[in-house]
Amino acid sequence: MPDIFIPDALPQSSGPELTGRALFPHRHLLSIADLKPWEIRFLLDEAEHWAQANKGQARKHDGRLAGMTQINAFFENSTRTLLSFEIAGKRLGADVVNMHAGQSSVKKGETLIDTAMTLNAMAADVIVIRHASSGAVALIADKVDCPVLNAGDGWHQHPTQALLDALTIRRRKGGFEGLIVAICGDVLHSRVARSNMLCLAALGAQVRAVAPPTLLPPEVEMLGAIPFTRMDEGLDGADVVMMLRLQNERMDGAFIPSPREYHALYGLTPERLAIAKPDALVMHPGPMNRGVEITSTVADHPDRSAITEQVAMGVAVRMACLDVLTRGARGVEGWA
Amino acid sequence: MNIPANKEMGLGMSRIAIINGKLADPAADSLSPGTVLIEDDRIIATGQIDIPSDAQQVDAQGLVVAPGLIDLGVFATDKPAFHFGGITRAALMPDQRAPLDEVGLIREATRAGKPDFWIHPIAAATRGLKGAEMAEMGLMQAAGAKAVGTGRQWIADSGVMLRVLSYASGLGLTLIAHAEDGGLTAKAVATSGETATRLGLPHAPACTEAMAIARDIMLVRETGASIHFRLVTTKAGFDLIRAAKTEGLKVTCGISPAYLFLNDQAATDFRTFARLSPPLRSENDRQASLAAVADGTVDVITSSHDPRGPEDKRLPFADASPGMAGAETLLALSLNLVREGQLTINRLMTLLSANPARILGINAGSFAVGSAADLIFVDPDTPWIVDSAKMAASAGNTPFDKMPVQGRARRVMKGGAFL
Repeated sequence: MPDIFIPDALPQSSGPELTGRALFPHRHLLSIADLKPWEIRFLLDEAEHWAQANKGQARKHDGRLAGMTQINAFFENSTRTLLSFEIAGKRLGADVVNMHAGQSSVKKGETLIDTAMTLNAMAADVIVIRHASSGAVALIADKVDCPVLNAGDGWHQHPTQALLDALTIRRRKGGFEGLIVAICGDVLHSRVARSNMLCLAALGAQVRAVAPPTLLPPEVEMLGAIPFTRMDEGLDGADVVMMLRLQNERMDGAFIPSPREYHALYGLTPERLAIAKPDALVMHPGPMNRGVEITSTVADHPDRSAITEQVAMGVAVRMACLDVLTRGARGVEGWA
Repeated sequence: MNIPANKEMGLGMSRIAIINGKLADPAADSLSPGTVLIEDDRIIATGQIDIPSDAQQVDAQGLVVAPGLIDLGVFATDKPAFHFGGITRAALMPDQRAPLDEVGLIREATRAGKPDFWIHPIAAATRGLKGAEMAEMGLMQAAGAKAVGTGRQWIADSGVMLRVLSYASGLGLTLIAHAEDGGLTAKAVATSGETATRLGLPHAPACTEAMAIARDIMLVRETGASIHFRLVTTKAGFDLIRAAKTEGLKVTCGISPAYLFLNDQAATDFRTFARLSPPLRSENDRQASLAAVADGTVDVITSSHDPRGPEDKRLPFADASPGMAGAETLLALSLNLVREGQLTINRLMTLLSANPARILGINAGSFAVGSAADLIFVDPDTPWIVDSAKMAASAGNTPFDKMPVQGRARRVMKGGAFL
């Protein structure tokens, strides 16, 4: 039996007194596993600033990335994450260029490394990458001269999603200590779940992974989550219920018998939500399958659902990450 | 022992006496000083013998003299790497760009290394390695195939597997099988466990191996056929093989050094040089593999040599081709087992030479009279560092990069001639 990861054993202080580059000594943002708890808190604090700025004024432009080129290289389809990174970059004044797999030379057989070298030769100042294979973003990051942001690689990581989820939770709940967060659904194939388990456990929350046994990865405890295979037990006493999207290709009988059965056993209905704490927050990374993993009543609940807030926090978090990762190149004092 | 002079044997024969060597005879218990006498391409005497006056003497200078390694299950004809590693013959896996499933391809493969390296092709048991229709095993045997194999595939249809085993057994050919249940393995590239979960890699439980072995052993019991599981890497797999051997079934198995010295954590950071087939296993299974070598369950150690360049390896982990360049490190890594007291050097040579020869049915890999004069002079202690950038192999995809190792083949004799 492996040792169970105990979040309380982590340093609970805000970390060493740090300034400048020492606050975030990373060239890229590839995985939550690379970050110390105080580095995560630093990014959340920076994002909080942008969350307020984005809300406060009609003109949201901040020119700090003016003249810099941001390439969003998406080798896998995405609407909301791509849009979120594009808006974040534009609000900071960067010249944002999007590359979709469908239009790119990837379809013509160019290797990933050659594509990376091409992007690098165009002198991008920051590259945002999404790819369907675990580890692909790190592979590219190794070959380019500018910071790389992982916008999702295979089943592995989606760090900005975890940060935006953490920011949403912190704003609603005030903190993470003692908070019970149930991450429910297709944990096995979910990079969102992997990033969130590591992130929330590092911040001091008690994380649960709730899924049918066929969709629960082995030794999930090692990522800081307690496994549950019954939805009702997993939801009991939860402060936050984070639902995951069930991909269409998993619904065909290989992992679950049918979407109907999945909804009956693991769908978040108002009745089931009542098992969680009375003020439990409902989250979903989107896009939702209404009527499969979540009912509309729950998803659209005015007080309980934080789903649209998550989208807003996504822009703030991505602005913070783009700002922090380019500080060295921009010659910000203490970051060179 | 008296050796007749050459003139009594007929003219034109050349004789070489290798003197001052420590002989690692697979059939003996320990190293012993002695001479190896060679006539043309065959060994004619070994041990404490009188050296005929007409024999050319070659001084082994106190090095270990051993049979050349016979590598049972490689994926490429990569002579520089084999020669560096002291390998004089290799059984070529049928998984080539064009699967070795017809006579012409077998004939071509047998010629690919000659004269200074011999390839013994393993014929595809089924056409295209698809696991459906039998390939022309008998005709391929006549063309030089020394075994038939499933390649890196699983023959899913048990009926086909039964008939393949039965037919091969009629030809006296061993079936070289891959021990992973294809349905369970599917697209997995890692063993289920913490590393696969952290990295988000498609994975399959380690029992996929024992499931395959269990079925095949039952079919061997049914047919009386002989089977060699090229790579066995789990405790459950070895337990089944141990029991089958006790029962007297014709079951043998092999392993590669990677499974003895690395576990699944070697894939951390998505190192594609550690993407192997079968995938690296847990630490418990690694320990069980070492135990299986020590207790005699393992019959063969193979390099599984599969050199792969950046076009196959500099890719995301799951998209990369499996395999490692292992020929150059086979001997040095295996010698670790001798230094750690798991095996004697003689027993190691049984695993590296004599047993592969026996499974392939070739007269080589031993010091017996009439055995092929394929020999290596080994300095078992000389230290060197594995460097993926400077390998003799056609690609440097080794998971042992920068590792210090000990032991080198100093000289190689193939068919009575030094390289």
